[in-house]
Amino acid sequence: MAAIEFDGVSKRFGQVTVLEDLRLTIEEGEFFTFVGPSGCGKSTTLSLIAGLERPTSGRIRFDGEPVDHLAPRDRDVAMVFQSYALYPHMSVAENIGFPLKLRGAAPREIDDAVAEVARRLGIETLLARRPRELSGGQRQRVALGRALVRRPRVFLLDEPLSNLDARLRLEMRAELKRLHGEYGITTVYVTHDQEEAMALSDRVAVLNAGRVEQCGPPLELYHAPANTFVAGFVGSPPMNFLDARLVPDLELPRDVALDEVVVGVRPTDVRVTEASDDPRALDARVLLAEPTGDDVWVVGLLEGERIVGRALPSAVPVPGGIARFAFARERLHLFDRASGRRIA
Amino acid sequence: MRRAATYLGVLVVAAYCLAPLAWQLVTSVRTPAELTTLPPLLPTRITIEHYAAVFTGHPFPRMLLNSFVVAGGATAIALAFGAAAAFALTKMRARGFGAILALVLATSMFPPISIVSPLYLLINALGLRDTLAALILTYAGFTLPLAIWVLTSFLRELPDELYSAARVDGCTPRQALVRVILPLAAPGLVATGLLVFIFAWNEFLFALTFTATERSRTVPVGIALFPGLHEVPWGEIAAASLLVTVPVFVLVLRFQRRIVEGLTAGAVKG
Repeated sequence: MAAIEFDGVSKRFGQVTVLEDLRLTIEEGEFFTFVGPSGCGKSTTLSLIAGLERPTSGRIRFDGEPVDHLAPRDRDVAMVFQSYALYPHMSVAENIGFPLKLRGAAPREIDDAVAEVARRLGIETLLARRPRELSGGQRQRVALGRALVRRPRVFLLDEPLSNLDARLRLEMRAELKRLHGEYGITTVYVTHDQEEAMALSDRVAVLNAGRVEQCGPPLELYHAPANTFVAGFVGSPPMNFLDARLVPDLELPRDVALDEVVVGVRPTDVRVTEASDDPRALDARVLLAEPTGDDVWVVGLLEGERIVGRALPSAVPVPGGIARFAFARERLHLFDRASGRRIA
Repeated sequence: MRRAATYLGVLVVAAYCLAPLAWQLVTSVRTPAELTTLPPLLPTRITIEHYAAVFTGHPFPRMLLNSFVVAGGATAIALAFGAAAAFALTKMRARGFGAILALVLATSMFPPISIVSPLYLLINALGLRDTLAALILTYAGFTLPLAIWVLTSFLRELPDELYSAARVDGCTPRQALVRVILPLAAPGLVATGLLVFIFAWNEFLFALTFTATERSRTVPVGIALFPGLHEVPWGEIAAASLLVTVPVFVLVLRFQRRIVEGLTAGAVKG
C-alpha cells in the first residue's frame, strides 16, 4: 500500500497538453477516482502512475519516494485495462499466475496464490480455459485476479466496467467495493461514468481538459459543486441552469448583480405539477415526460431554456401543455456567469 | 454460369502455373532416347533412371543439406532481427517510425547483380568464400527488410494494451517480446519465415558467386552445374528440380494451415 503524490505533474504529447500541473495526494488505502469526459487526461494519469508514460514535468511520489525513474515492473503497481488485455495464448490460471512467474516464484507458490485469488473471485472452475472461451464478466474477473494475485502497493483500474452490460456492471461495482474493503490496497479508478465514481469512491477528482475542476468526497461534489462544469457533470439527470432573471425572489449576496448569475437546480429538487399553489413556481411548456418507475422526469421549455423536474407518476403533465415547476430557494446553487465559479 | 466462369478462371491460372512443373515431371521419367524427340508427347515407357542418377552421379544429398542449413540459418537470423526491429518500431515507439521503414525498404531496392561484386570482395576479405556462413549472412541481410515490413504490419495489429499489461505485470521489454508478443505473432512469423526460406532455398546468383566447391554448393547451383562437356542431362535436371521442390512444397502445405488457423482463431482479440 502506498500514498501517491502528484507534484505539479504535466504531460504533453507534441503540442497537445493532456495534463496540466496536477497537484494532489491520494491517501494510503484510499479508493480514489478520476472522472471526466473522454479526452480529459484521466487515462494518461493512470499511465503516469503505472510508469507506462513519463511526465513532461513535475514529479510523482509513492510514500514520499520519487518513482519517476522506475520502470513499470519496479513500481509494484497492478492495473486492470479497459479491454482487460488478457493474454490470449495463456489459460486463465497462467494469466493470473504470470506476474508471480515473472518474479520468480516457485510453481507451488504460484498455484496456491492463483487458487486463493480464483476462490475469492468465484472463478475456480474456469482456470483451465482460454480467455476467448470466457464471457465479458468472466474476463473481467480474470483481469482483476491477475492484478490482485501479487498484492500490489497500488491498484489501477482503467474504465474496467465500461464493456459490461448494465446489470453486470452493477454487480461488478459491488464486487470492486468488496474487494477494496477486503484487500485494502490503494486504488485509483478512472471512469467517465459519474454515477460509478460516486458509488465507489472515498474521494473523486473531476478532470476536464487536463485540469482538476474539483476534488473531494462524492457528496461534497454533489452538494457543493465548485463550478458549473462539476455541477453539470455530477448527478443524473444533470443539473438545470437558469438565467437568474427568470427566478423570482432570488436572494443574492451583496455586490452581485442579477445578470452576472446563473442559477443551478437539480431535477430532483424541482417538483412538477399541473397546478401548484406555490406562487413562485415557474410556468413552462412541457416537451416530454420520461417515466423511470418511481418518478417521471418532465422536460419543460422555459423562455427558450430547458428545465427538468420530477413529477409523481399519478399526476404526469401532458406534453404540449403548461406545467408549473417549483423548487425551494435553499436548494439553489449560484454560479458566476462569466467564470462559472460557485457563488453560494 | 458465374460459378462455371470462376472455375474456368481457376483452371486456366492453375494450368498456366503448373504446366512447367508438369513438363518437368514428364521429362524426368522419359527414357534417354525419347528425351529430345517429339512426338511422342507423353513417354511411351516410364523410367526412374534419372532419379537414380541424381543420387549416384552427383553429391546431391550434400547439396540438399547445404541448402537446408543456409535457408534455415537465414530464416532464423531474419526472423530474430526482424521481430526485434518490428517490436521496437511498433510497441516501443521508436522515433522516426516512417523514416526508418522507408530506409529499410530503400536498402532492398538495389538489384542483386549490382552489389554482387562488392559483396564478393567483402566476403573474400572476411575469409568467408566458399562457406555456408557467407550465404547465410547474405540471405539474411537481403530478406531482413521484407521480414521487418511484414512483421511490423503484423505487430501493429496487436493491441498496445497487451504490451502495457505485460510491462505492468513485471516484464522487461525483452520478456514482453518473447513471452507475450511473439506467441501471438506466430502466424506472422510463420508467413515471414516461409517467404525468407523460399527465397534462400531458390537463390542462385550469390550462391553461384560465393561458392567454389561442393562443400558449400546449394542445390540451384548444383543443378546448374549438371551439364557435362558434351551433353545436357535434361532428365537428371528435371528429376533434381522436382526433388528440391518437394521440401518447400511440404513446408508450405504444413504451415499454410497454421497461418490460416492463426488468423481465424481470434488470437488477437483478448
